Amino acid sequence: MLAVVLALLVGIGAWTAVASGGPVAVHQENRFLSFPEAPGSSATVQIDTSFFTTGNPTVRRPAVLLAHGFGGSKDDMRSEAQDLARDGYAVLTWSARGFGRSTGRIGLNDPTAEVADVSGLIDWLATRPEVRLDAPGDPRVGIAGASYGGAVALLAAAYDKRVDAIAPEITYWDLADALFPNGVFKKLWSGIFFSTGSTSGTTGPAGTTTGSTAAGTGTAATDGTGAAGGCGRFTPELCAMYQRVAVAGKPDPAARALLEARSPSAVGNRIRIPTLLLQGQTDSLFPLDQADRAAQTVRANGAPVSVDWIAGGHDGGNPETARVEARTEAWFGHYLKGDSGVDTGPAFRVSRTGGIDTTTATVTLTGATSSRYPGLDGTASREVPLTGAAQTFANPAGAGPPAISALPGLGALGQLSGLGGGLSPALDFPGQNARFDSAPLSSDLRVTGSASVRIRVSADTDEAVLFAKLYDVSPNGQQTLPAQLVTPFRVTGARAGAEVEVRLPAIDADIQAGHRLRLVLASTDLGYASPTAPAEYTVALAGPPLSVPVDPQLSTVPAPLPWWVWGLPLLAALLAAALLLTGRRRVPTLPTGPAARTDQADRQPTPDPIGPMSPQDQLIPLRISGLTKRYHGAADRYAVRDLSFRVEAGQVLGLLGPNGAGKTTTLRMLMGLIRPDSGEIQVFGQVVRPGSDVLARVGAFVEGPGFLPHLSGRANLDLYWRATGRRAEQAHTAEALAIADLGEAVERPVRTYSQGMRQRLAIAQAMLGLPDLLILDEPLNGLDPPQIREMREVIVGYAATGRTVIVSSHLLAEVEQTCTHLVVMDHGRLAQAGPVAEITGSGDTLVVGTADPVSDTLLDKVAALPGVEAAERTDSGLLIRLDGTSADRLLVELVRLDIPVTSLGPHRRLEDAFLTLIGGTAR
Amino acid sequence: MSAEQPVTTEPAAAQPAPAQPGPTRTAACRALPLRVEAVRQLRRRRTMAMAALVVALPLIILLAFQVGGSPGGERNQVTFLSVTTGSGLNFAATCLFLSAGFFLLVPVALFFGDTVASEASWSSLRYLLAAPVPRSRLLVSKLGVAALFSTVATVVVPVVALAAGTAVYGWGPLQLPTGGSIPAGTAVQRLLIAVGFVLVSQLVTAALAFWLSTVTDAPLGAVGGALGLTILGNILGQISALGSIRDFLPSYWAYSWVDALQPQPQWDGMLKGTSLSLSGALVLTALAFRHFRAKDVVS
Repeated sequence: MLAVVLALLVGIGAWTAVASGGPVAVHQENRFLSFPEAPGSSATVQIDTSFFTTGNPTVRRPAVLLAHGFGGSKDDMRSEAQDLARDGYAVLTWSARGFGRSTGRIGLNDPTAEVADVSGLIDWLATRPEVRLDAPGDPRVGIAGASYGGAVALLAAAYDKRVDAIAPEITYWDLADALFPNGVFKKLWSGIFFSTGSTSGTTGPAGTTTGSTAAGTGTAATDGTGAAGGCGRFTPELCAMYQRVAVAGKPDPAARALLEARSPSAVGNRIRIPTLLLQGQTDSLFPLDQADRAAQTVRANGAPVSVDWIAGGHDGGNPETARVEARTEAWFGHYLKGDSGVDTGPAFRVSRTGGIDTTTATVTLTGATSSRYPGLDGTASREVPLTGAAQTFANPAGAGPPAISALPGLGALGQLSGLGGGLSPALDFPGQNARFDSAPLSSDLRVTGSASVRIRVSADTDEAVLFAKLYDVSPNGQQTLPAQLVTPFRVTGARAGAEVEVRLPAIDADIQAGHRLRLVLASTDLGYASPTAPAEYTVALAGPPLSVPVDPQLSTVPAPLPWWVWGLPLLAALLAAALLLTGRRRVPTLPTGPAARTDQADRQPTPDPIGPMSPQDQLIPLRISGLTKRYHGAADRYAVRDLSFRVEAGQVLGLLGPNGAGKTTTLRMLMGLIRPDSGEIQVFGQVVRPGSDVLARVGAFVEGPGFLPHLSGRANLDLYWRATGRRAEQAHTAEALAIADLGEAVERPVRTYSQGMRQRLAIAQAMLGLPDLLILDEPLNGLDPPQIREMREVIVGYAATGRTVIVSSHLLAEVEQTCTHLVVMDHGRLAQAGPVAEITGSGDTLVVGTADPVSDTLLDKVAALPGVEAAERTDSGLLIRLDGTSADRLLVELVRLDIPVTSLGPHRRLEDAFLTLIGGTAR
Repeated sequence: MSAEQPVTTEPAAAQPAPAQPGPTRTAACRALPLRVEAVRQLRRRRTMAMAALVVALPLIILLAFQVGGSPGGERNQVTFLSVTTGSGLNFAATCLFLSAGFFLLVPVALFFGDTVASEASWSSLRYLLAAPVPRSRLLVSKLGVAALFSTVATVVVPVVALAAGTAVYGWGPLQLPTGGSIPAGTAVQRLLIAVGFVLVSQLVTAALAFWLSTVTDAPLGAVGGALGLTILGNILGQISALGSIRDFLPSYWAYSWVDALQPQPQWDGMLKGTSLSLSGALVLTALAFRHFRAKDVVS
């Protein structure tokens, strides 16, 4: 906001446009053009110009002149010029006399100087091969510009018949009226205006420089052509006029005449071309009534006119640059290019503030449009009675401290004030004003135009200067001044009392129901010069109520939201649906019919070695066929390959294999954690998929325990069971906890447990609900010997109930002691499957320890015993293979032979078998 | 189920296999009820710590204002900080203003990012899945509980602030930093809208964290990743040189709920923020489901 203020103070009307870098290269030619300093004069001024075109230079196209604002130069217009050039126009920008690098003096759009220069520029355009001509020497040309540049557009339209369309923006119709409204000197804006012209000089081709940058100090120009003190590059007559009025504090007729003669209003009846008037709503320099008079005049001449009350203005910045440029382009597209398909927009449009978008720190704007411009009186009016007795107040000596309404550049704050109320800089000093309030409004009131009221003024002086403003007063008493605007007026013959019709500032403002309107008449205002002699004024309402213009025909078009606000969620929903529908990976299941099994047999030499397929699949706890899995990133290495085996009810199956044999991967697939690449796992006749219902009949302990460390052992089991969604009485938590045997530790958080405790708790969790198929992966790791034995008995006992247990282990002895059947895996393949005894051989070889070495004779006798297949001597005794007898009977026979038996035990051959199996597979 | 068969420590005589039917399909549909998942998460230390933090934050801010006096007169600071002490509602708005940008994203990222990844890191994920809890069901339960906890965390801050602020600064209309005020009744509704938008704007961070949570087994990675990317978005949002590209950063609109606290609420920013957040959340959540559904759980 401060930046806006600074920008406006530094360069009034420096109405910069935002560049939108297009892909098309714009050709720019800079040159100085010489024009006579005055008509018929031999002295010349050098005007700095830039000519922008795109594409083929021999294609003739309409031309647009872009005029800069006061204090600016042609450089301000570059980006807008480039945009228009890309849009197919030949665009000429120039620095007006006294600005930028152009020479000459500022004549405030003197018809014989600045306006004549424009005719010279049009002459030059007519010589260009790029420019379309309506007639020889008459190019198709439009003029756009803001503020000072807007006025030159109006003036050129009046003075040069070759101009075909104009789009002046925030400019004046009658400069005298703008600077001396109702005979009151607008001192603050005028001061800024003149000091800017005095100090804005830059180095020109003639070596022109002006020194000071301090506004208002008016340094003497070191311009070679010389200038009066404090007036910089202004022409002497303008300089003298300003100094005279500023000292007097009130305009004189000569000053009025001088400014009026240079205003568009002087030649308004000559403007007969399409005119787009864009006027700012927060503009205390050139308020809306300036555009209103322009619109009425040009319309009366019969030319098409559109009026657009834009947001901002000289006080409020330009929040609508893009829209303004687009509308200007559309205007020229219709009237210069002759493209009747281009919509020039509504006859009347008002930008309205919706509020502030705090994210982008911008004011949200909506537009209200109407097909008819109603002027400042609206299409209807609403009478609002004001109350209040006659009030007497002072005009302070020295006219200070002044009341504050608009501050140049602070209009943006005023916009904020319209929303919240508090930042309104409007300030009235007690005792220096009269106020008249309405009753709270019964309904919302949208003021569009200029309200009016009749008052009676008397004073103890002949002349009184008053400032009228219309406040919006909220129920809690907070008052805001819409657009920060005020109407100054001078009352002559006030000593006798005078009745005055006061036209309040033209605004577009929404007064909410419940709010009051307050008419304030103050004796001072910061922006204006008022009498310095002390005086007393008395003001009373005269007759009719306040007449407020409204325009119900204006229909508000909400600011369109970008398409993506609605479109993006829809697109996202579609994308999400696509992601979910396409992501469903097809599980490759092998057909289980006999034909398929034959096919399978070709690839797998030992399919389903445990037994033939049973028709009663539902009774088979586990059947794995053709199971294959490769992990990502290991394309050439199979974790499990063509694995097939089956487990019958009541079996305790040992799953054996060295590290990396694929045991855990198989168990994970069995639990539905990993999807097989091919093949399938059936549990009780149902194919296992992630989350299969049949998994409820499987209890598993795989690759270590997994508990919530912050919860106790009991809570873990409890919550785990509740997570399965099954009934609590099916859980058998007490039995499971008995197996875990944790004692009081069961109430402690699991994070305090030892490895063995967690292990036991995990096995207990696997047994919750007494699953029909229990899978235990290395269940004895981390247990001490007594616990190992206990666990072994648990496992055997569990299988004895007819349920099935799968134990994966690398403790061969444990497997041999616990399991009834074995599956040996190596490198992801099945190495062997079958009953333990089948794999370990007969399993009936006994090791007999003897106190003394056994003699050959005895050895022969032993070998000859019935039921003994062979006997051989070892280091510490005998190794006897039985064939039909049992260990106890053998012991009796051995004792009978007087062999000093110290021990008798089975010979563990699993290790041998295992090593043979995995050694025998291809590596 | 044969409850009469105890799991004995002695080999029992072989009995016929209990051929009872397995649990029905409805069990899987009932798996991991929200209540169970809530209990599982509720007693975690980080949940407790987060709860303490969101309750403490308004009180700490209150203390700061009590110690430091009323806010200073920095005129160009047009935020709710400048009118904090106006009323309880103002204090609630200030607390929301101070916490919405980053503080409240921490519990959101934590609850959504930690939920699956921590199960993976505890190894409990595989037991849940094998229980069996269907994978989509697991994600739905996890999402539900994370959303519940995040909502509570986000709502607690303004509620505690409103209670504490009302106790100290009294009940009254919401003073606006731009001047003016909104009557208390309307202001409460507007604050509800603001909190609602804050919740919606958190969705994209939540979904990002959730997706990361299904991708990684490291809870810190998911939480940190989501927060990191959100902070990156915030940083990019500050770079005005990016121009309208910033419009497509969900975090750019994170404060547009302030637009609800104007005399005339503005919906544009909130609609844009909602649109982006919702869109991002939809896609990221779909990614999470898609990824987790087909994932090989090897943790």
